[in-house]
Amino acid sequence: MIGRRTFLHTSALAAAGLVIGFDLGRDPADAQPPPPASGVWTPNAFLRIGADDTVTIIAKHIEFGQGSHTGLATIVAEELDADWSQVRVEAAPADVDRYNNLFWGRMQGTGGSTSIANSWQQLRQAGATARAMLIAAAARTWNVPDGEITVERGVLSHAATGRRATFGELAAVAATLPAPSSVRLKDPKDFRLIGRRGPRVDSRVKTDGSAIFTMDVQQPDMLTAVIARPPRFGARLKTFDGSAALWVKGVTDVVAVPAGVAVLARNFWAARKGREALRLQWDESRAERRGSPELVAAYRALARRPGRPARREGNPGRAIAGAARVLEAVYEFPYLAHAPMEPIDCAIHLTRDGCEVWAGSQVPTLDQQAVARILGLPPAKVRVHTLLAGGSFGRRATADSDVAAEAASIVKAIGGRQPVKLVWTREDDIRGGRYRPLYVHRLRAGLDAAGQIVGWEHRIVGQSIIGGTPYAPLFIKNGIDSTSVEGASTLPYAIPNLGVELHTTDVGVPCSGGARSAAATRRSPRRRSWTSWPTRPAAIPWPCAARCWAGTRATGPSSSSPRRPPAGALRSPRAARAASPFTSRSAASSLRWPRSRWGRTACRACTAWSAPWTAASRSTPT
Amino acid sequence: MVTLRVNGVSRVVDVEADTPLLWALRDALHLTGTKYGCGVAQCGACTVHLDGQAVRSCVTPATAAQGREVVTIEGVSGRVAQAVQDAWRRLDVVQCGYCQSGQIMSAVALLAEVPRPSDADIDAGMTGNVCRCATYVRIRAAIHEAARTLGGAG
Repeated sequence: MIGRRTFLHTSALAAAGLVIGFDLGRDPADAQPPPPASGVWTPNAFLRIGADDTVTIIAKHIEFGQGSHTGLATIVAEELDADWSQVRVEAAPADVDRYNNLFWGRMQGTGGSTSIANSWQQLRQAGATARAMLIAAAARTWNVPDGEITVERGVLSHAATGRRATFGELAAVAATLPAPSSVRLKDPKDFRLIGRRGPRVDSRVKTDGSAIFTMDVQQPDMLTAVIARPPRFGARLKTFDGSAALWVKGVTDVVAVPAGVAVLARNFWAARKGREALRLQWDESRAERRGSPELVAAYRALARRPGRPARREGNPGRAIAGAARVLEAVYEFPYLAHAPMEPIDCAIHLTRDGCEVWAGSQVPTLDQQAVARILGLPPAKVRVHTLLAGGSFGRRATADSDVAAEAASIVKAIGGRQPVKLVWTREDDIRGGRYRPLYVHRLRAGLDAAGQIVGWEHRIVGQSIIGGTPYAPLFIKNGIDSTSVEGASTLPYAIPNLGVELHTTDVGVPCSGGARSAAATRRSPRRRSWTSWPTRPAAIPWPCAARCWAGTRATGPSSSSPRRPPAGALRSPRAARAASPFTSRSAASSLRWPRSRWGRTACRACTAWSAPWTAASRSTPT
Repeated sequence: MVTLRVNGVSRVVDVEADTPLLWALRDALHLTGTKYGCGVAQCGACTVHLDGQAVRSCVTPATAAQGREVVTIEGVSGRVAQAVQDAWRRLDVVQCGYCQSGQIMSAVALLAEVPRPSDADIDAGMTGNVCRCATYVRIRAAIHEAARTLGGAG
């Protein structure tokens, strides 16, 4: 079979300004062992067709609830004219050459709502090319012209002769044919699957207990590891005594690792008990000792002083001083744990010639590199199995691959003797940092006699989630982390005197990722995702404030301005929520659950997840 | 050693006496459909049936389940369970799916007790099950749908 070495020609995507191609001419065994079994045709990197008519779509993006597997499969199945019931989805391995996010350069990863957009042309091409090859195979087999063959729901037909064949029946012949150099994509009016509701590909396995998440990975002799981390961020291990832990039945190892002290055991319960039996001494001389109240006070003080300018137009100070009316408000956003439903975890196994990693890997190639670095392996020797993940909300997209790195350090510490599954307990998750950062905003607006905003001053105080990461050069310019000011510095109102200033703080609380829509939800409502963090009183967004402060003028403060955003963009969160069938159904109604018999308060999505499990206390807007 | 009857089969499980049922199921019996979410009965991902009642297996000692009938998502069956799982699939309730085993086990227990639940009944019966993706509205719809199916058949 030559199918899997088929070369699919590069296609220029003028519209997107991108050139994509999947070169399967190189031997993929360099990076990954060859997957296809006999009777399976692999027309390209995104598709396998089995003799049993199974169409397996290879998803380069993780599925953690957002429906990426269903969406990506839909694109391929549409162009292929597969029947939805024959479609399966498999996660792609980490492979920067074949499975990179086309919007991110040489990096495979999921985020920023790019999964479908960056895959769109790529997967349409993949499906259409395979379809063309199946047609060519049928034409050759039946000795009829290509143009007379139709494809519908996984079946190729020739009307004049009444011949029919399934994908699986033609796969072996198709595998011997060259890939066409160009294919015609469907006219969107002919779409059968795209744009319609179909069943999710993962509904069944997620309703009968058979879906495998990282937490569920089993390997022979696999140990479960938990880590005792310092009680304060930034503290370092001074000494530890693991002798009592080793007395706990089932505990096999107690090892120091960069993150703290790892306890390994034959099962989770023993590991947890072993951890409780550790005697630990920490050097807290360089630890962060401030708590939320101190930090909020410090941030509030900073917000009274000018910061580094992120945007300045006119003279906001003078305009506010001379305004008919001045409004002022301070908004506080607490630290929030992302708290994905599946606690953070990663399984790892050192093999004779490399390493296997099982993880809800949001950026698999970063995880691959981090593990390779720690274990001294070439990245290609680290096989990353991206599994279904129980949510992420930003937690799984840390720039330093903290979880995979911890797992690698543990398996290294035991000499790779046994496979290891690292589990963060829920308490670890809530206390363990990597929060959406604390932010304080101070806004002042000057209104003229007619209620128009004539001056606007917005000071932002908080930690950068980008500083110190490989992304810094991309996002930080002139000391301004664009993700710290996005939404504020891009305020869409044409206010004549406008200043946005930033104080980037240095605090030892690790923050990362960003509770879904990291930048915009801290600063703007328009990109807010209602699936994750419903509105809190503190989260009043700036364009909303601008609009409220501008009195009753429905069109905003400068309706004649050419910079006025398009209709809809200025809607308040409430209006936006009401207007969206999805959000109004999910988030709004989720607020109506009654008081729990477990003693927690009503709001499932915000109170339940922010109040009891937030590291810092909630703050109140003033 | 603890003897458990799980999904109709008696199993001798080698776990310490203080081990929660959740970890006996997951680590010893490899029934991983029952999920660990919080360990303190606050999220409901670990919900199983103990003699037909929905319980949080993360705070139920395995020893407390001895001599009783344990049913997990892998073994839940019967008209009600089938109707619930079918409704879940028809309405595509799941998103990330991690909480859904627990949601389904709670829904089955609820419908066994209250065949035609009101919204308030559902809210009360399901309130111990958290969904971080916020699929609550579809969960509620699926429970109503399952109730309709069951009513129609019986």
